[in-house]
Parts: sequence; C-alpha cells; structure tokens
Amino acid sequence: MSTIVSAASRRARRPRYLSTAFGILVVVIMLFPVYWMVNASLQRGGSAIGSTLIPINLSWSGYEAALREQGQNLVTSIIVSAGTVAFTLLISVPAAYILAKFVRRGTSIFILALLVAQMVPGIVLANALYSVYSSLGILNSIPGLILADASRCIPFSIILLRAFMLALPSELLEAARIDGASHFRAFRSIALPLSQNAIITAGLFSFLFTWGDFIFAVTLTTTADVRPITLGIYNYLAAQQQEWGPVMATSVIAALPAMIILMAAQRYITAGSLSGALK
Amino acid sequence: MRSERRFVWLMLAPALLYVAGFFAYPIVKNVVMGFQDYSITTFYTGEAPWVGLANYAQVFASRVFSVAVVNTAVFTVVSISLQFAIGLALAVFFHRKFPLSVALRSLLLLPWLLPLLASTAVWRWILDQDSGILNQALGFFHLTSSAIPWLSSPSFAMISLIAVKVWVAVPFNLAILYGGLQGIPGELYEAASIDGASPGQAFRFITLPLLRPVIGVVIVLGIIYTLESLDIILGLTGGGPANSTDTLSTLSYLESFERYSFGTGAAISNIIIVVSMIFTFIYLRIDRRPAQ
Repeated sequence: MSTIVSAASRRARRPRYLSTAFGILVVVIMLFPVYWMVNASLQRGGSAIGSTLIPINLSWSGYEAALREQGQNLVTSIIVSAGTVAFTLLISVPAAYILAKFVRRGTSIFILALLVAQMVPGIVLANALYSVYSSLGILNSIPGLILADASRCIPFSIILLRAFMLALPSELLEAARIDGASHFRAFRSIALPLSQNAIITAGLFSFLFTWGDFIFAVTLTTTADVRPITLGIYNYLAAQQQEWGPVMATSVIAALPAMIILMAAQRYITAGSLSGALK
Repeated sequence: MRSERRFVWLMLAPALLYVAGFFAYPIVKNVVMGFQDYSITTFYTGEAPWVGLANYAQVFASRVFSVAVVNTAVFTVVSISLQFAIGLALAVFFHRKFPLSVALRSLLLLPWLLPLLASTAVWRWILDQDSGILNQALGFFHLTSSAIPWLSSPSFAMISLIAVKVWVAVPFNLAILYGGLQGIPGELYEAASIDGASPGQAFRFITLPLLRPVIGVVIVLGIIYTLESLDIILGLTGGGPANSTDTLSTLSYLESFERYSFGTGAAISNIIIVVSMIFTFIYLRIDRRPAQ
C-alpha cells in the first residue's frame, strides 16, 4: 500500500517541478521587457550599443534627467489620477447602492446603457469633447481631464459595485431603518463599511485606468501646462530621442504604481479583473 | 415614501447626469459632426456648415481609408487569434496547480496593468533597428545576416505591432480564461477519466463547451479593445511607414487632431462606433446566457 502511494506521488511530483520550471520560463520571457526597461534606466547614456545585460555601471543620470524634464508631468498625473478616483467613487458608490437595493424597474436598462457606454471607443468621446471643452474653456485643465478620464472608470465601477452590493443583507438595512436611522444613515454606516473591499477594487482600477490614459491626454491638452506623464513619454518617442536612459527612467516611474499595486493589493486586482469583465 | 423617492433621486442623479453628458451627448454630437464641415475655423466663427454626406464620400474615396480598413482587419484578426490561443494554453497550464503556480500567474498580470505608453517605449527600444536588443541577439547567434528594420519597414511594422499587442493582451486573456476554468466542476473530469476519456477528449468535450460563454466574452472584448487601440500604434510606428500600420483609430485621430478636420474625423469614428456596437451586441447576447 505505502509503496503504491509513494510511487504514485513520486510520479506526480516530477512533472510538477517540470511545470514550475516551464512556468518560470514563461514569466521570464513575458517580463523581459519590464526587466529591460529597469536595466536601461539604470545605465548611463543608454546608447544601446554600450549598454550591458545587467547594470554594472550603475548610474542615476537617467532618473535625474527624467525628474528634471518630467517632474511636473508626474505631479499632474498624480493629481489627475487621485482626482478621478475621488470623482468616480463619489458618483459610482451611491448609484450602485441605489441600483442594487432600491430600484427594481429600469435597473436593467441603466446597466445595459453602462455596458454599452463601456464599449464606446475613447477616440469617439475625445472627438466630441474637444469642441465642447474648447467652448467651455476647459482644454488644458486638470478638471477637464478628470471629467474625461472618469468616462473609463464610472461605468466599470458602477457595474462592479452593484454586483457586490446586491449581496448586502437587506435585513440589516431594514433593521437600521426600524431603529430610526435615515436612508442616508443606513447607507453610510452599514452599506459603506460592508462594501469596503469592492470600493477599494473600484478605486484601484480607476487609478490604473487614469494613470495609463493616453487618448484624453493627447487630445484634450495642447500646451505643456497640463501634461500627464504618458504624454511626456509619447513626446520623447515622437522626438526620436536617441538617449534612452531618461525615456526608460520615465517609463519605470510611470510603471511603478502598477508594480506596487500588483504586489501590495493583488487580491483586489484579481477580484476586479474577473468581476469587471464577467460581471 | 416620499423621503425614499427623494433619497433615490439624490443618490442616482449624478450618475445619470454624467452618463447623459459624457456618453449620450458626445455620441449624438459625433453623429452630427459627421455631417458638418467642422474645422479649425469653426472654433473662431462658431459656424459648421451642413455638408450632408460629403465627409463620408471623402473618407470612402481616399486610398488611405481602404488601406486602413484592411490593416484594421489584419491587426484585429491576427492579434485576437494569437492572444486567445496563447492565453488559453497558459490558462490550462496554470490550472494544474504546481509549486509557485499562484505567484507566477499573478506576476504575468503585470504587462496588462502597465501604462501602455511605458510598455510601448521599451518595445520601441527593443525593436530598434541599429541598437535594439532583438537585432543584437539575432546577430549574436548569427540568425540574421543584416539588422531587421522591425519598425521602419512596411513589411515588418505590422508584424511588430501585432507582437506587442499580443504581449499586452495575453495576461488579460489568461486571467479571464483561468477564472472560467475554475468554474468548471472537477467531478466532471473525474467522471470522464473513469469512463476512460483521454485528456484531449476531456478538453474537447468538457472544457471547451463549458468555457464557451467565457471564450465569447474574451474574444469580443478583445476585438473592441483592439479596434480602439491607439496608444501602442501611435507610440510604436505612428501609423507608418507608408500607412502600413494605420488603422481606423489612427486615421480618425489624424483627421481630427493633426489636420483639425473634425468633420471627417467624426465620420471615421462613427464608422468605428458602428463596428464596435455590432460586437457589443454580440457581447451582450453572450453575457446574458448564463454559464451552466
């Protein structure tokens, strides 16, 4: 009996480690560009001929140049992303709560509209928003970018939050009402704390969507005053920059939030990637 | 009861207003702009003369438009096939648990979460003809006799673009398909193996049919994301060389934001929206059919 078991587990174990080896190989291949970005950002000059596979001659000059040339754009990106997260949650959380717990008739139509809205290509919105923004005088403005970027976040967030809030225990909310709490109070002190995880997921995704936005950055800004970091990278690329150090350093800085979120808040990301697409 | 109604409207109104202002209005506005001579002078005079179907006629008559239609089709079909095939293979692979499988699978999410412009920048450098690591590696192993112009030759630019697009999209396909595989009850496979089914038969007769709704979702979402991709194309090739990587998106961008011919730009984006909406309705049909 014991020999059969150990033989079987031995047979099972070897391919398992082969699988691990293959899995590592896949990760190495897929993440090579990320490694190459970090590697190049740490080397002087970055004229590729002279660069090495690992940064032997460590140099921070790429980062110095990046912060000098892109520092202001970095601040713009941080403000726009944080602002979009706040604006998105302010609009989505109450709406999701109502759609989950109060409205019966018409809910599915609104959800359907949000699903369709999510699919509207950014270029379509940008094309129309440009002329509206121009006449309102909010081209090249942080509020203008926040409002536009929220279009990528609000439908996604409402759908995600509503799906979560459908499962909130209605008895708890009713009990609070019977105890004399107002509707708003039941929302604030019961629904909000219970939905914390879903709200964090919606917030993190909104941050990543906005941080990576290019379409609204390139169409709704025309001067250097308000310029997100993605547009800073694009301008490097468009200028046929031959000094790759600063370009790669800027890219690494732009990639940092995604890396940090993936390491520190992974469970929220996995939850969101699934519920976001499959609802 | 009245207080409840007021509460409902107060909580819901901002979202309704936003959807009206930032989705409904722009779509209507875009349709109208497609029939107008909407150019840079419009911003000074406020006048956009009605031109009927002239914008569409001009768009359809241009040679670049037909090139862009073909490019869009090739770009979409080839990258969707590749990203789906690789994503499904990896999802099946990671579904058999092994040491480190969870950690490795989550590391693979990274290319999907990075800002597209950051990824595009590093690929620009990797693919650089003279100094990129790809040509250096190929030369080092004597696989090519001369440096390949990955981004600067019309015959290679589309291949490079598709490769980068697939790299970006595989993690998304992997994540969604993996989630779908997890929803398939393990007993089905046990029963099949007791009945003597081979792993290949189990994949064909259990995995594929039960995964169908999820497969539909990733493919249709993939098509819509690919149709609207602008970041990686502008960053990698700018639509060139010689229009070889121009798609409907880049053309619409070019008309509106580089030539300031918003009328023709709107006409092209209306064509994009019609195509996207067709696939959106397919998506909604699939989505509504619940997974068993």
